[in-house]
Amino acid sequence: MEKFEKVTGIAAPMPLVNIDTDMIIPKGFLKTIKRTGLGVHAFDEMRYDRQGNENPDFVLNKPQYREAQILIAGDNFGCGSSREHAPWALADFGIKVIVSTSFADIFYNNSFKNGMLPIVLPQEQVDMLMKDAEKGSNARMTVDLENQEITTSEGETIKFDVDAFKKHCLLEGLDDIGLTLEKAAAIDTFEMQMHQARPWV
Amino acid sequence: MSAPKTLYDKIWDAHVVSEDEDGTSLLYIDRHLVHEVTSPQAFEGLRIAGRKVRAPEKTIAVPDHNVPTTLDRAKGIENEESRIQVDALDKNAKDFGVNYYPVSDVRQGIVHIVGPEQGWTLPGMTVVCGDSHTATHGAFGALAHGIGTSEVEHVLATQTLIQSKSKNMKVEITGKLRPGVTAKDITLSVIGATGTAGGTGHVIEYCGEAIRDLSMEGRMTVCNMAIEGGARAGLIAPDEKTFEYVKGRAHAPKGAQWEAALHWWKQLYTDEGAHFDKVVTIKAEEIEPVVTWGTSPEDVLPISGSVPAPEDFKGGKVEAAKRALDYMGLEAGTKLTDIKIDVVFIGSCTNGRIEDLRAAAEVVKGRKLADGVRAMVVPGSGLVRAQAEEEGLDKIFLDAGFEWRMAGCSMCLAMNPDQLAEGERCASTSNRNFEGRQGYKGRTHLMSPAMAAAAAVTGHLTDVRKLMELEDA
Repeated sequence: MEKFEKVTGIAAPMPLVNIDTDMIIPKGFLKTIKRTGLGVHAFDEMRYDRQGNENPDFVLNKPQYREAQILIAGDNFGCGSSREHAPWALADFGIKVIVSTSFADIFYNNSFKNGMLPIVLPQEQVDMLMKDAEKGSNARMTVDLENQEITTSEGETIKFDVDAFKKHCLLEGLDDIGLTLEKAAAIDTFEMQMHQARPWV
Repeated sequence: MSAPKTLYDKIWDAHVVSEDEDGTSLLYIDRHLVHEVTSPQAFEGLRIAGRKVRAPEKTIAVPDHNVPTTLDRAKGIENEESRIQVDALDKNAKDFGVNYYPVSDVRQGIVHIVGPEQGWTLPGMTVVCGDSHTATHGAFGALAHGIGTSEVEHVLATQTLIQSKSKNMKVEITGKLRPGVTAKDITLSVIGATGTAGGTGHVIEYCGEAIRDLSMEGRMTVCNMAIEGGARAGLIAPDEKTFEYVKGRAHAPKGAQWEAALHWWKQLYTDEGAHFDKVVTIKAEEIEPVVTWGTSPEDVLPISGSVPAPEDFKGGKVEAAKRALDYMGLEAGTKLTDIKIDVVFIGSCTNGRIEDLRAAAEVVKGRKLADGVRAMVVPGSGLVRAQAEEEGLDKIFLDAGFEWRMAGCSMCLAMNPDQLAEGERCASTSNRNFEGRQGYKGRTHLMSPAMAAAAAVTGHLTDVRKLMELEDA
């Protein structure tokens, strides 16, 4: 996993509540052999019409939000099916941070595993960020995980909480594999010793 | 002096990279086998993270589940999703530089047959693959088990796995098998005796005279189905037969390394007095040729038996038996030998080796396929196929009316076009008789290659020993 760097970017407002994983990625796209390449299908049914034409009203189709890296979302984001394809699709689209008043548990955990930061904030602070996001591409926010704060385009800062271990893994870009790779020296040593003891392996 | 150890303990101890206080260990993996179904997302994960395969020289990739087994398969794969998976493996093997046996290579076959055949599988190794029948390689005294896709990625990236140690279980088969009884009958009988959860949480070591007497092919058949008994892995201590099989294979050690390897391999046995958490003993003389009647590998009966009634069982198994009889279209009390079959499948990682084809051919020789029966022989690898042709086995099968196919997993799990039609009943040498396993609403009876051959020429489930007596008369 890539290290989670400080994100300064465009935030897209998605005030809809209960955005479920079927909406994030419809089940027709689960037959893939990949975890990547799903970004084009993110929010497929909201984003395109039946003929595959873009729906100009959908927020991520608007010119000012096409490069969004942050989503400011309504309550209970990521509910429904546990499919990991949902965070795969969002990450592939380029989303790095999602802010909401609450997330479905599985989606929340899946996000961290895929290098995305979900942030839970009280309603009034989400409302404030939503207003800022509505200003479009001129309003760039900064999300600083190290110091656990969001800075709005107006320079206001909002503190957020995050589990210390999850924060560490994101900052260092660690997943299970990443954690094992922290023991790379021990694996190197084992391999050297094994090469002496059992060179035929 | 250290405490006596089991074979499993010894292999485990030789592969621990590090151990946490709670006993969670980082285990080094000597061989990683890869096929096209469970690996694409894992390779993709490496790409996303910008990682390499840590030890491509210890990684072996073979497409097997989706490949067509028809003679014209060079034309390519018709089904789009299958084709995409195989193409993905082609690309991943090239991009990441792992050992690769493409469909066009004569050495291609089922990954669990290719590994031992090429000498990739050696005693005392840890072997993993994103496939539950990795247990097969335990026949060499290697600790071998299946893993999931995220673990495939973990092994690709780190050549290790995060593991907790299993318990030790001993399955001893005492005495000698009677004529007409084979390795498949042993392994099915063990599952019949212990149940499909009998080995859960354990690594099984198979031992006893009947196991020692088995060829390497037979031992692979026994270990292959350890997973069907719920065990994490099955093991058989290596011996002269093992060393003889390994010697001279493409990737086996040579010269001074061979001598060094042999020295270590000879220490791979369970010490006198080592502790087993569970012990099961079966007398070889009491094992008959067996078949499954239901939809679980534990639904095993001697061929002399009759279809059971749900009331013959207890607890949750009563409902399961009802459902199984309904699915299988069988009535309680029907003699097993009265069950007519439509299809015969000889192949799979359980029974697709040369010895299996020889055993089937011996029964088929001079006979014809029963009317209305479709039978296919699918060698486990291109080399098994070539060997069989050298011995004239293909001719025996073709003369009798069997189809002689190219290598692959085929109708064992029906991910390629080799499938049962709805309601068709199959005498199969494969490893799973689950609902829908060989095709939607297909019905599977598991048995040995000789028994499947007997069913093919008679048109119903048959005690192969009857045909052998006829031959003698």
